Amino acid sequence: MAGAHELPPDEVLVQRLRSGDEEAFALVLDTWSGGMLRLASSFVSTKASAEEAVQDTWLAVIKGIGDFEGRSSLKTWVYRILVRTAKTRGTKESRTVPFTSLLPEEAEATVDASRFRSPGERYAGHWAVGQEPRPWHLPEDHVLRGEVRELIAEALDDLPPRLRAVLTLRDVEGYGSQEVCSLLEISPGNQRVLLHRARAMLRSRLDAYASSPDDAHAGGGERGLR
Amino acid sequence: MNCGDFVDSVTAFLDGAMDEATELRFLTHLTTCGDCETCFDQFRQTITILGELPEERLATAARNQLLGAFGALRRD
Repeated sequence: MAGAHELPPDEVLVQRLRSGDEEAFALVLDTWSGGMLRLASSFVSTKASAEEAVQDTWLAVIKGIGDFEGRSSLKTWVYRILVRTAKTRGTKESRTVPFTSLLPEEAEATVDASRFRSPGERYAGHWAVGQEPRPWHLPEDHVLRGEVRELIAEALDDLPPRLRAVLTLRDVEGYGSQEVCSLLEISPGNQRVLLHRARAMLRSRLDAYASSPDDAHAGGGERGLR
Repeated sequence: MNCGDFVDSVTAFLDGAMDEATELRFLTHLTTCGDCETCFDQFRQTITILGELPEERLATAARNQLLGAFGALRRD
């Protein structure tokens, strides 16, 4: 999980922020801004706009820390302001879609239907011959592992906004499903569909990488040996 | 449960969102289908790598501006 810095408990933190403790502010700023940038990017169209959303959020936090009532964690309170700020920006940039219902591309199958045996066939719904998933041999080596992370980061950027928001919060930031539903104001069922679809899309991007024939280091060289 | 149903329910399983009967069918399929076990493992690897992504950073100028704003506002 990203940002596993040691922060003091909320009561202490809030107290210190309210009394103008600059060290405490620098601490939360440095610990949370990375995740906030990633999340903001789901709602707006450019990196610069995401930065501005994060800055506006912190300014609102500075002004509003006196109003924090402790009904959620401080981090969730900050993230909620961020989601609101970024969504408003995104709407102005005609980027954000309302979170109420699922879009067709968000509810597509995990794996293309053509990879399974058709209805009526023997073993319908099971992997078709030659279409079975092949084990990956992703590199453990530090440098090559970095290449895989880069690929995943790019794939994350390419996801439709809502898939990206849910996946960022759940798998990159390590939030639980309840908190994500509350932050994004979606039902648990929709949250799960979005998360699964997002994971499935990234899985297939990695699959293309890990089984590409010229990527011997990624295990492509072992194709067909199973 | 066939393979298509299995791959559609990986996240529901990992989130503990299945009723007992479905979970049992899922686990039975997982232990008897090597291909789906591979697919399941691929999902887990994908999730692991997402958790390893390097942190993004706020630009130094923006960070300094915010530190300044905090100092100024809190001093008022």
